[in-house]
Amino acid sequence: MTIYFSEEHEWVSVEGDIATIGITTHAAEALGEVVFIEQQDAGETFDKGDEIGVIESVKAASELYAPVDGEITEVNGILTDEPAKLNESPEADAWIYKIKITDASQLDDLMDADGYKAFIA
Amino acid sequence: MSDMPKRTPLYDLHVELGGKMVDFAGWEMPVQYPMGIMGEHKHCREKAALFDVSHMGQVILRGENVAEKLEALVPSALTALPAGKARYTFFTNENGGIMDDLIVSNAGDHLFVVVNASMRHQDIPHMTANLEGVEVTEIFDRALVAVQGPKAVDVVGALCPAAVEMKFMETIVADILGTECRISRLGYTGEDGYEISIPEDKADEISRAFLGHDDCEPAGLGARDSLRLEAGLCLYGNDIDNDTSPVEASLNWAIQKRRREDGGFPGDTRILKDFADGTGRKLVGIKPLGRAPARGGVEVQSEDGTTIGSITSGGFGPTVGGPVAMGYVTTANAVPGEKVNLIVRGKAQPAEIIKLPFVQQNYKR
Repeated sequence: MTIYFSEEHEWVSVEGDIATIGITTHAAEALGEVVFIEQQDAGETFDKGDEIGVIESVKAASELYAPVDGEITEVNGILTDEPAKLNESPEADAWIYKIKITDASQLDDLMDADGYKAFIA
Repeated sequence: MSDMPKRTPLYDLHVELGGKMVDFAGWEMPVQYPMGIMGEHKHCREKAALFDVSHMGQVILRGENVAEKLEALVPSALTALPAGKARYTFFTNENGGIMDDLIVSNAGDHLFVVVNASMRHQDIPHMTANLEGVEVTEIFDRALVAVQGPKAVDVVGALCPAAVEMKFMETIVADILGTECRISRLGYTGEDGYEISIPEDKADEISRAFLGHDDCEPAGLGARDSLRLEAGLCLYGNDIDNDTSPVEASLNWAIQKRRREDGGFPGDTRILKDFADGTGRKLVGIKPLGRAPARGGVEVQSEDGTTIGSITSGGFGPTVGGPVAMGYVTTANAVPGEKVNLIVRGKAQPAEIIKLPFVQQNYKR
């Protein structure tokens, strides 16, 4: 398992051609208390940079962008009823999608943990 | 004017308390503290919260017949406002729109006026130019602190016993920790509470003393906005502006009988006509029935898909526990219980028109 990070403050945990994605702790703190998430359905396909969801905090709405090309294979439905999990556990329980990666070479454009740490410093 | 945001006398305290500072109307203000908007909001509804509102404009008006003169700029009755009482009103323009909303207090030998931070630059010259024989003095050396919530009476009363017996919309000058302050029992959260004008060099000390009370926590602009929205109170620039008449905005209560009969304020022709004939649109509460918040600018449609208005303020209401909004809809649809759709990111979300407020106001009448 390898974890990558995007400049849009998402984490991408890769095992084979399946990735689990979510938002980083840094993003969750910046958003403030999350009150709503709009997710797409399993089976949807998307290109890197496409909007694949919206997260609303008490302060504002923020788009979720696809870190790589892919297809949604699983949606974390718990977040619909418990959006606050995105603040409690953004990098574990509150994963947003599992996706099938269609172009693994795009992972090279993402950062590793140290790179992301430097990016947000 | 410098582009650097200005700091209030409580800036150091905000930073020390972990306030997340943002530029608001040219002022560096805390949007929230570590407790978070949701917690601060609930603390205010359940106990007491302290807000720095020093960015608002405090003004003294002094002169012969000053109340009568100010009535030429606002549609509320001021000449009969007794000493020690405050009243909500607004400057109107020639078209009957609202230039800003404000609180006017009769301080005995002068009027004490508080205007919005974002409109100070307009309101001060407006008063100076149009109030002949009135000395208009903008106060720069006093902080303004709001203590709001059901326990505000205990928090403020502990340092100022005279505040306890005051009623809603009363104002006094009284001593707090050896300093003369102006204390007014009012606010903009829907809760009981006070706004206290404090000399700048004592603002930090007195605010810390309020925060020293077990029931009082600091709250930022984020909670202030969600509190006023749940309480159905208009935010200038969102819900009321130069194009909205007070009658459209359901602010009829702020225009007393004599003024409705006699007029004598800017835009009176249109506003009196609005009273007589009604208006085409009305400001209403809008309750999204799902979980998605609908924010300012979102289109409101009737169930048959006709555009009937738009949202002017919307977000999440922590006390309501779900999304809340207000906005203008055509008068025919401005009926509590009316089902509408909100077009959020292209999708119709069901909502219902409600009678404001979302949370009952809790004033000390």
